[in-house]
Amino acid sequence: MAKITIPLGPQHPALKEPENFMLVLDGEQICDATVNLGYNHRGVEKAAENRNYIQDIYLIERVCGICSHSHVSCYIGCVEEIAKAQVPDRAKAIRTLIAELERVHSHLLWLGVAAYEMGFETMFMYTWRDREQVLDCLEMITGNRVHYGINTIGGVRRDINAQQAKEVLTKIAYLEERTKYYVKLATEEPTLLARTQNVGKLPNKVAIERNAVGPTARASGVKMDVRKDEPYFIYDKLDFEMITYHSEDVFGRVVVRVLELVESYKIIRQVLSALPEGPIAVKVPWKIPQGEAVFRYEAPRGEDIHYVKSNGTEIPERVKVRAPTLSNFQSIPYMLKGDYLADVPITIAAIDPCMSCTDRAVVYDAKKGKTQVFDWEELRKYSIDFYKRKGVNFSGK
Amino acid sequence: MEILAALIYITVFPGFLFLASYGTALQWADRKIAAVMQNRVGPPWYQTLADFIKLASKEIVIPDGADVALFKALPYVAVASVSTAVLFIPVFGMPVYSFQGDLVAVIYLLTIPTATFFLAGWSSTSPYASIGSIRVMTQLFGYEVPLLLALVGPAILAGSWSIQEISAFFVSNPKLILFQIIGFVVAVLALQGKLERVPFDTPHAKNEIVGGQFTEYSGMLLALFNLSIDMEMVVGAALINAVFLGGTWNYFSFAAFAVFMVKTFAIVFLLTAIRAAMARVRIDQMVSFCWKYLAPMAMLQIVIDLYIKYSLK
Amino acid sequence: MPKKPMRILPEAAKNLFKKAATVAYPFEKASLYEGYRARIIFDVEKCIGCKMCMRVCPAKAIEIVLAENQPQPQTGPDGKPMPVKKIFNCIMSLDRCIYCAQCVEICPKKALAYTQDFELAQIDRKKLKLHYK
Repeated sequence: MAKITIPLGPQHPALKEPENFMLVLDGEQICDATVNLGYNHRGVEKAAENRNYIQDIYLIERVCGICSHSHVSCYIGCVEEIAKAQVPDRAKAIRTLIAELERVHSHLLWLGVAAYEMGFETMFMYTWRDREQVLDCLEMITGNRVHYGINTIGGVRRDINAQQAKEVLTKIAYLEERTKYYVKLATEEPTLLARTQNVGKLPNKVAIERNAVGPTARASGVKMDVRKDEPYFIYDKLDFEMITYHSEDVFGRVVVRVLELVESYKIIRQVLSALPEGPIAVKVPWKIPQGEAVFRYEAPRGEDIHYVKSNGTEIPERVKVRAPTLSNFQSIPYMLKGDYLADVPITIAAIDPCMSCTDRAVVYDAKKGKTQVFDWEELRKYSIDFYKRKGVNFSGK
Repeated sequence: MEILAALIYITVFPGFLFLASYGTALQWADRKIAAVMQNRVGPPWYQTLADFIKLASKEIVIPDGADVALFKALPYVAVASVSTAVLFIPVFGMPVYSFQGDLVAVIYLLTIPTATFFLAGWSSTSPYASIGSIRVMTQLFGYEVPLLLALVGPAILAGSWSIQEISAFFVSNPKLILFQIIGFVVAVLALQGKLERVPFDTPHAKNEIVGGQFTEYSGMLLALFNLSIDMEMVVGAALINAVFLGGTWNYFSFAAFAVFMVKTFAIVFLLTAIRAAMARVRIDQMVSFCWKYLAPMAMLQIVIDLYIKYSLK
Repeated sequence: MPKKPMRILPEAAKNLFKKAATVAYPFEKASLYEGYRARIIFDVEKCIGCKMCMRVCPAKAIEIVLAENQPQPQTGPDGKPMPVKKIFNCIMSLDRCIYCAQCVEICPKKALAYTQDFELAQIDRKKLKLHYK
């Protein structure tokens, strides 16, 4: 049979966000795959350069809907480092608590999505039902389910009281019970095993070479976790394990994420049992002194890096976001090659892609080999001209 | 007169109209039970009907390069072949028509919809639909042989190729039904493949190839295809009921009808439970599962049946 | 690892006799936790027009303007004009507001507060512009 090229995306039922994969198929087998990004570019970094530090908190929070706390904590870590703010211990503990609750919610969401991509609807429904518990915890503590808005420069905005802590603990106990059930389900159900084992192989060497991060890397046996390598918040005082697995396939990624859930419950219990007393925030002046900083943070999807440069005013000169998905995308074409078409959705889902985190402006002219940055007006003009050449006039003239 | 009667049988009862209404009802039951198993509310009772009406009122889009006549005719062929197949299966007591070898005829009539699915995908000239139709064909080679082998077992035991006679045989020897359990399991799993439901729904796995063979279909044509699958579910359940479970159990008219409804519903409940409890398998895994496990199991059933047959004598 | 086909079935069977986990939201009231941030309200009496809220609003959804009807300047008992507190109004664009409540936090006079009124959907966009007087 002749080789055919099929597009997967930008609009496709398997993808929750727009991205495009061109797959060259030989029957059912994939012989080549290319990844095209950029369908979800929103100009967040540019917008951050037009707002002051406090406004940027909420802007950066909206880089991603699922790891919103991760991005904000990362950004605020940079700003606090430049401003040399001494964040109180209680604030650090609350940040850790929210970070771990967020990891629980993200991993449960992922488990559901993965089950759905394999056509296992019942498991998808169960995990998402249980995820409501952790979303309730987040709503109770922070005041919102998705964009928590708990961080502020110099600390956190809301304190946690004894009653809330008690309720979180009861919900965590329920979730722990459920997670044990999912561990059994994921490792014993034959159809699930058939779909995950030896699918999307990413050998240890390739994972390092292609710069995989987070659970994707840990499932290939790469020992990397920012919480261990370069502890932030109060992670250096906590007792938890770095989960690694050596099967180097989708099954390993399932196992790593499910076991990380168990570790997260452990961390949440430790944080709540030893909440330090004291204030929850310190005052940080509006104008941040000149300087620059980089902060690394272990988001649920992997290592998140933010870079902030300050010029001494109340508006940052540069904010750069390196989302974990961007790192993990390099390994996708490798994982897809040689697999079956049926494995594409689960292989892509296994890195837990988050497109809105990832898409940044890149204009690269391959023929001339140069990079060009467009501003808004130029970009608008370019798009109008582009469509005029195709015979469509959007300019309204 | 005979032709007129046959037409009424095909179009009204137990043919098209009955199958369509019972099929949509069973589809609703399937969706509702799956939903309750997943701890959610599920669709209201009129949902399947509303889906049909909505689809029927939509515009039909025919892709460029498709064979228009073939593209339009296929759904009708699928519906017609399923409506015909039910005439040989006992619904209201005796089946409408019965002859030696109607078991094979029904199996062939039930293969026609699958063939139309393949042609539908192939004539759509879209990559997703083409891949879907190839998968339909590959899957057909997977489940068809185990299904046929599983149905052969009871036929050998009863010494007849007529569905009516096979079920009559089981009614007079009810204990032998217990020995058909392997064949029954094989037939239910193969039927799941025939109906293209999880875990064997690869031909139209939405996460992989969008709508599969039906990607380019819309409006009334798609509604008819969906309807034909619903009707096939009824006929498939009725066939398994007649061959393995003694059909309508010697009753006639309304009592027979009640038995028919209860038994087909029970089989659909089984199908739903399988659907809810599994993930979708890959097409290569599906075929190897069918040949490695289902076909030998069906052969084992035939051996058991042969043994019973000669020990009974 | 031992393989157990249909591992999820016992739980699925249990659910046949359980109530659905779904919240029938529009028919049933959704439960909110205390401290859920929704529509921001404004107290004219307290506002001093410092416009800090406008400065921190990430979505530029809040606007503090001078009210149309200002109190008449009054003269004190000694005949000199007394200083009068100006009145400020607040225009909230609910279509832009992201409900972070940063304005509530920054307000020095506590003129802004958040409520738990979250059912704010409108068909007409103009209705999303609230003018607090």
